[in-house]
Amino acid sequence: MSRTLYDLIGLAAGIAFILALKGLSHPKSARRGNLIGAFGAGLATLVVFFYASPSVYGKAESSLPLNNLGWILGAIVVGLIIGVPAARRVQMTQMPQLVALFNGVGGGAAALVAIVEYLNLGSEATTAQVVFTVFTVIVGCVSFSGSIITFMKLQELMTTRPVVFPAGRFVIAATLASVIGVGGWVVSALGTTPLLVLAALSLLFGVLFVLPVGGADVPIVISLLNAFTGLTVAASGYVLDSVLLIIAGTLVGASGTILTRLMADAMGRSLFGTLFGAFTAKAQDSSGVAEDRPVRSGSADDVAILLNYARRVVIVPGFGLAVAQAQHTVRELADLMISKGIDVAYGIHPVAGRMPGHMNVLLAEANVPYDQLVEMDEVNPTFGQTDVAIVIGANDVVNPAAKTTPGCPIYGMPILEVSNAANIIFLKRSMRPGFAGIENELLYDPKTMLLFGDAKSSLTKVVSALKAL
Amino acid sequence: MDAMAILSIFVLSVFVGFEVVSKVSSTLHTPLMSGANAIHGVILVGAIIVADHSETNLELGLSLAAIVLATINMVGGFVVTDRMLEMFKGQKK
Repeated sequence: MSRTLYDLIGLAAGIAFILALKGLSHPKSARRGNLIGAFGAGLATLVVFFYASPSVYGKAESSLPLNNLGWILGAIVVGLIIGVPAARRVQMTQMPQLVALFNGVGGGAAALVAIVEYLNLGSEATTAQVVFTVFTVIVGCVSFSGSIITFMKLQELMTTRPVVFPAGRFVIAATLASVIGVGGWVVSALGTTPLLVLAALSLLFGVLFVLPVGGADVPIVISLLNAFTGLTVAASGYVLDSVLLIIAGTLVGASGTILTRLMADAMGRSLFGTLFGAFTAKAQDSSGVAEDRPVRSGSADDVAILLNYARRVVIVPGFGLAVAQAQHTVRELADLMISKGIDVAYGIHPVAGRMPGHMNVLLAEANVPYDQLVEMDEVNPTFGQTDVAIVIGANDVVNPAAKTTPGCPIYGMPILEVSNAANIIFLKRSMRPGFAGIENELLYDPKTMLLFGDAKSSLTKVVSALKAL
Repeated sequence: MDAMAILSIFVLSVFVGFEVVSKVSSTLHTPLMSGANAIHGVILVGAIIVADHSETNLELGLSLAAIVLATINMVGGFVVTDRMLEMFKGQKK
């Protein structure tokens, strides 16, 4: 295959990626967009086997078939065996951490590619190539270790609260300074040892960078690390002389940056605050003081009676609903209420679940009709005419502290204003605070009734109680 | 390739990247992130190129590790995005 044909096919793949991102931005074309992207990536991977890409540093001779072909194909098969079942079997509730993990391994791959290039380049490397290699190693490693930490936070293998240690910001700043210093050392001294030190320090920085991030900000960080990985791919493209990698990586880097900002806006978070939270985070005053105030708890029958005489009910689903796998039961309840002539809507907070749009995916899985899902801005003005708001396994997204308590981790985040409804029902497992780890005043509101227990079994009881009425 | 051409490609790609996702409903943020995530799995191409150029066992070992990781990123990414979007489609009956 000639270089021209190879580059033309690379260009076609680049166009496929643009169409993919464009398609993914609209609900109707999203699935097609993803398939176009997959097609482009598959095409790009296929043609690389039919073109002996000359080594840019002119050391290794390449010819067809590729050197180490058996090893390469074997490694791809291993990747498929790990990746495909993971993607197919993951429960939709755990999907955000899988995306984080996929992003991390992508960053790791980019860093490894850069390291191999560097070993191969030897002393023939131009300064520009070394600078780009250093960039890829730093950012790829940060993306890798940072994503692993976000994975652990989302999987709740570690605390979801910000991890802040004394003088943390100085440790982080010092690590960053040494990463940059060692980067300079690699550029000036050229050697394997400095590069490995650089990789190790960058991995450490990735961990330190993500640890102080609170649970609510984790999706923003995943999106940011995703954009980072894109940029490392673009930098590898420069060193490997591949236009395709430059285009694909830059596209992801740019669109990922915009997406990160959109997410931050939807959550009412400052992007700057999230990014540099690591440097400014202070040890929080322990808000976990055991509250010993009275709450009004009710039975499934009480809830059913309240619902039976309501004219309008808004269901506010949260992550707890998904954990209990109660999407189908909640739909059953909604259908039952609709058959009784009650006006039912789901109020969807942009970040209900663990990521923007996550709840829509989860409810779609249970075949909840799309027109019953109402976005926050539309549903908020209607709470005044709502008789009952049922909050199922949600907490932070309805917490008035976001409006009233400056300095709390979710302050400034737009919330669903369920407090304007005539009655509020919370279905909760316990009095434990939400993902962001803060107390919710609403639970002590006199018009709030709590129904404790697993969301699914509670809902099942409410459904049968309502049927009996 | 000369530096100017690379710079042009880079800058134009940045603008295209900004443009295509400037208005996205929050419903699609997660699938879009996941789809973009799968696209950077195309680093697989780079991993295959360096595996081809590898001369020592160390280089080959590292590049094979990169191939495994990149394949997981690319294929897993597209599959999980498709699963998410499949559910959106099912409800428009």
